[in-house]
Amino acid sequence: MTELTPDGPVTPGLSEGEERSLVPGRPYRRILLTATLSVSFVAIVPLIIATGINYLQYQEAFREEQSRPMVRFAANGKLALEAFLEERTAALRFVSQTRSYQELTDPSTLGEILEDMKSSFGGFSDLGVIEADGTQLSYAGPYELEGRDYGSAPWFREVIRQGIHVSEVFLGYRDFPHFVIASYRETGRGEGFVLRATIDAEYINRLVGSLLAQPGGDVFLLNHQGILQTPSRSHGEVLTPAQIPSLPFSIQTELLEIQEPELGPRLAAYTQISGSPFVLAIVSPGGTVTPGWTGLRRNLLFFLFGSTILILAVVIWGSHWMVGRARNADIARAAVYHRMEYENKMAALGRLSAGVAHEINNPVAIISEKAGLLKDLLLLSEPLPPKEKMLDLLDSVVRSAERCGGITHRLLGFAKHMQVQTETIELDQLLVEVLGFLEKEASYREIKIELDFPEEAPEIVSDRGQLQQVFLNVINNAFAAVDDGGRIQIGIIEGEPGTISVWIQDNGVGIPEEHMSHIFDPFFTTKKGAGTGLGLSITYGIVQKLGGDVSVQSQVGVGTRFILTFPIGKPEN
Amino acid sequence: MEALRILIVDDEEELVSALKERLNLRGFQARGVTTGTEALAFLEAEECDVVLLDIKMPGLGGLEVIRRIKDMKPRLQVVLLTGHGSVKSVEDGMALGAFDYLMKPVKIDSLVSVLTAAAAGRKFEAPQEGGG
Repeated sequence: MTELTPDGPVTPGLSEGEERSLVPGRPYRRILLTATLSVSFVAIVPLIIATGINYLQYQEAFREEQSRPMVRFAANGKLALEAFLEERTAALRFVSQTRSYQELTDPSTLGEILEDMKSSFGGFSDLGVIEADGTQLSYAGPYELEGRDYGSAPWFREVIRQGIHVSEVFLGYRDFPHFVIASYRETGRGEGFVLRATIDAEYINRLVGSLLAQPGGDVFLLNHQGILQTPSRSHGEVLTPAQIPSLPFSIQTELLEIQEPELGPRLAAYTQISGSPFVLAIVSPGGTVTPGWTGLRRNLLFFLFGSTILILAVVIWGSHWMVGRARNADIARAAVYHRMEYENKMAALGRLSAGVAHEINNPVAIISEKAGLLKDLLLLSEPLPPKEKMLDLLDSVVRSAERCGGITHRLLGFAKHMQVQTETIELDQLLVEVLGFLEKEASYREIKIELDFPEEAPEIVSDRGQLQQVFLNVINNAFAAVDDGGRIQIGIIEGEPGTISVWIQDNGVGIPEEHMSHIFDPFFTTKKGAGTGLGLSITYGIVQKLGGDVSVQSQVGVGTRFILTFPIGKPEN
Repeated sequence: MEALRILIVDDEEELVSALKERLNLRGFQARGVTTGTEALAFLEAEECDVVLLDIKMPGLGGLEVIRRIKDMKPRLQVVLLTGHGSVKSVEDGMALGAFDYLMKPVKIDSLVSVLTAAAAGRKFEAPQEGGG
């Protein structure tokens, strides 16, 4: 057996190397990657979007929950501060309207009035009357401020213009933070005076400080330029710029998320104190991130992370499983094809062997008879036959034995396992070899075989065994198609550059048009009980594998022409 | 005893010549031709006891030859010679009236006895022919 097939035993099935060559890994890796990425994408992106929407909604809800007390604080503080200022403004206006100029410019009366206001309202630290030119006429209070000129003070210009004014906090002549409530009273024809009360910043500091309901937060007043009007815990000293972003003027309470240098994000509420230049600012004690939100956020992120891992695991596993299945199916299909190809070859061999047995029996019969005759002559005739006669018989024996050898070698060459082995092949010689199998049948059936080969032997690089099988299949079909005495023509022509075509034409029955589209299908046969229906499908498969192509032209009752085109060079795969 | 006249028909000339000589050495009077057409022409011209006929021959095949022989001389015995056991062609040949068949390569002793039997069969039938 090993001698018959030096390349290994003649068995169907695939060796490991063939399996690899039939099923290369690269496309499967690409399919795997594509499947994994696309499925992961469509699974994970909606998950991320849904989780993101959830995250934002929860965040909004938590912020709402957090801001509500801030807004309430701000509203309460606003009410308290507005009431405080309103009271004192009203009191000052009352005094300015009800007391005469004389009373007010009298220091002792003014002192009494100050004492009354202090005891009734609190917070007032001094009181003064200022002429329209800005000179303080009279003054009651702890400082020596009589005769001071306020003509250039901003609050003074405002009160002349508006009639009543609450100033920002400033240091003034006394060099101590305070603010002014002033009321202007016109006494006739462009004349008038200003009654001015100052309120200790300390007083409003306490009031603002009392608003602080929770420890850890901060409450303070700002002016519209962002200068602190009261001291703050952690946002700067009074009359310095506050370390907090300022807001554009708004009559509503505004909430802002701010970033504190060491404490992290905080929520700040700003509200306008009407009738004053003050803005009340409240900074939340805790961070914007409450423990409830932190936990929920952790859960959300954990859910997202866990789901993503799970999806990826399932997708990767699923893709591997599916691609593995596909790969196994491909291998199985390749193996089936390989087996089909093998069985077709064996069937062809079986058909041939009957003919070959006959062919080989002829020379064997000659050997038998010539040797028998020689023996007869030696045994039966006296004297011995002449030397020439005996040599003649022996020559005949040797010649016939050589004939037998030729036949067996041809058969063995065909029986070799069809591993793709490329070599340089002369197509015309190969065709003659293949025809060698069929010449007896041709002669018995008086089928005329006409060869139309170019003089220059065309050489191609291809696989000998596979080409033999292809030509044998097609020529066998031609033999089946023609009647005894029919004609088969075989020719070689150069096709497009780099290709060569072999055409095989018979004058047989032809292929009906309705069969034309099926002739390369596996198991399609019109030879009832005699054909496997594999010949042409395998022929097609082999030609494709060799990088070539098959085309057929046929007309019922006229004949069929197969054209097999092959690349001259080595096939790519 | 009169030598049996045998006609050997086979497309292999070397086989025909060797067989002819061997049969002659064994007391037959053998002749040989290499085509069916020649065989029929020979039988037209000469008498013969048994025809040893190869089934597969180019041109006029063995089966056609036996059919024509039986048309021409129904009682002439034909022994078929076949290269392989293609049951179909042997069956056809037997149905056409062959006496027996032999597979190539054939043993000379078997050939001699079959040819003798075939000739005897003919001889046995001869009185009927004469009586008929």
